[in-house]
Amino acid sequence: MALLEVRDLHTYFRTRAGEVKAVDGVSFDVEVGEMLGIVGESGCGKSVTVLSLMGLVQPPGRVVQGSAFFQGRDLVKLKGREMEDIRGHEIGMIFQDPMTSLNPTLTIGTQITETLRRHLDMNKKEARKRAIELLDEVHIPNAAKRLDDYPHRYSGGMRQRVMIAIALACNPKLLIADEPTTALDVTVQAGVLDLFHELRTQHEMGVIIITHDMGVVAETANDIVVMYAGQIVEHATALDLFDRPEHPYTEALLSALPQVEGEGIREGRLLSIPGRPPDLIDPPPACRFAPRCLYAGQDDCAVVPPELREIRPDHWVRSAHPASERAGEPVGVT
Amino acid sequence: MSEARTDGAKPTTGDALLTVRDLKKYFPVKEGFLIDRTVDHVRAVDDVSFEVRAGETLGLVGESGSGKTTTGFCVLQLLKPTAGSVQFDGRELTTMSRRDLREIRREMQIVFQDPYASLNPRMTVGDIVAEPLVIHGVGNRRSRRRSAEQLLEVVGFNPDFINRYPHEFSGGQRQRIGIARALALNPRLIVCDEPVSALDVSIQAQILNLLKDLQNEFGLAYLFIAHDLAVVRTMSDRIAVMNTGKIVEYGPAEDVYAHPKDPYSQALLAAVPIPDPRRMRERRAERRKHKDVLAEPV
Repeated sequence: MALLEVRDLHTYFRTRAGEVKAVDGVSFDVEVGEMLGIVGESGCGKSVTVLSLMGLVQPPGRVVQGSAFFQGRDLVKLKGREMEDIRGHEIGMIFQDPMTSLNPTLTIGTQITETLRRHLDMNKKEARKRAIELLDEVHIPNAAKRLDDYPHRYSGGMRQRVMIAIALACNPKLLIADEPTTALDVTVQAGVLDLFHELRTQHEMGVIIITHDMGVVAETANDIVVMYAGQIVEHATALDLFDRPEHPYTEALLSALPQVEGEGIREGRLLSIPGRPPDLIDPPPACRFAPRCLYAGQDDCAVVPPELREIRPDHWVRSAHPASERAGEPVGVT
Repeated sequence: MSEARTDGAKPTTGDALLTVRDLKKYFPVKEGFLIDRTVDHVRAVDDVSFEVRAGETLGLVGESGSGKTTTGFCVLQLLKPTAGSVQFDGRELTTMSRRDLREIRREMQIVFQDPYASLNPRMTVGDIVAEPLVIHGVGNRRSRRRSAEQLLEVVGFNPDFINRYPHEFSGGQRQRIGIARALALNPRLIVCDEPVSALDVSIQAQILNLLKDLQNEFGLAYLFIAHDLAVVRTMSDRIAVMNTGKIVEYGPAEDVYAHPKDPYSQALLAAVPIPDPRRMRERRAERRKHKDVLAEPV
């Protein structure tokens, strides 16, 4: 049994205009020692997926269906207090913006020890000692001294390291990081990504990293889920996904990326995806990517919803026209 | 375009259109209550020199706080430089009268980063695009409306929506409106300040392609400011890398990316995540070499 087993998760938001199907039937596993990357563009449901797991979806949103088994318990069914015991203890979390996720009126030390004392019942002295170890572990120089500083004395990258330290404080089994480096400069991001890599190999835990950046997943995750319009459209090992992407959306996303290396870059054009993602109140009835797909031709893409199927071992795709089954040229829009 | 460039003559790249020499912009740091005194300066831009040739793109790349946006603003005289010279088409801008500046701004326009903040929410799309024409007294109401329609068409925005308001459109569509507005006066230079950093990848590709097409069609020169090295690479003929107010590397894009000479630009390039998991190990090793330069601020 996997550390985390998410099955058929549906999270909807009730709005005046109708029900927004933000997450619509998502399933995946996370194993100990594994780093799962969830990638997709704004509004694809990647953040709502993990917020659902942690019981952090606020009304008018709610999980309407599905389960998420974590160490034998279904996270979706847990009550407030039970969930609080797990959050920050067995499941650590890191959010995008290190500027707003720390309390500016408390010292860094207070914020780390708070977690330790809440969950592990440590006394003040023990907690402080552990906090220093944690800051050392995320490579904050001069940890013992910096513990008494307030967040404004820390740079963005260092604050994100503090967030990681807090998330790791109770030795969680699962670490969830939602766009952990998006707010950081590229040179700072590099350091934080390297830290993730290091921690994953040192701690016995599973990690979920959510990002819009294909470069970031490629450098961190070993297993990747691509989301589009509330659904998983492709799920594969990192190597196979980048070597042989199957879903037309994944292919398009990869070819829309500007490249840093190569020739003739300046003269060339990027392949762009026509149109934009569908409205999730009333998504396309069958394949959600069909209206933008280069291969959705005269066939039944608009009628028969494609299932997520295993096209080869450990490579799942939700499309009637995966790359390895296509012959010839695109038939649809250009 | 408004007064359509019917000659079709595309300026040949080569002649300097914009020449910036020893540009400085210092912001005073003040202290004191009631009576301020200047205790120090932030050297946001410190002795920066470069040129942009007609019809080419100069990419200005750097991290937050490197001074790239301040440089762009000083070029357009939206900020008054502390020292140095900015010449556009051989004319000095730093000493120019407001009236003359206004006249020359027809030729130099800007596209801003945030398409949500840079369009007036109370103006219709048509009015936004035609506003530069109103300011510069070009044509009459009718001709301006026709120009706005044409401009929107050029940037791939459905002109039927001319009477709608910006909030009805997505980020990518709004950025098209911003670009149409920048094109209205037939400029020769457009300063693009992070024009795609607020957009998703698939939409970003659409906008970058549009900027390339417009450049080819109208012979525009771009000063293209961005933090994303891949985006800058795809747009630029030449590159200037900025760090803490100074240009640390300057040259043809191919050279800068293939053989960066400055330690900071080397580190910056090594830090970019590459979408290829097979190279993870190699990239990590490469980054270790630049450990000293990459040391984070604490």
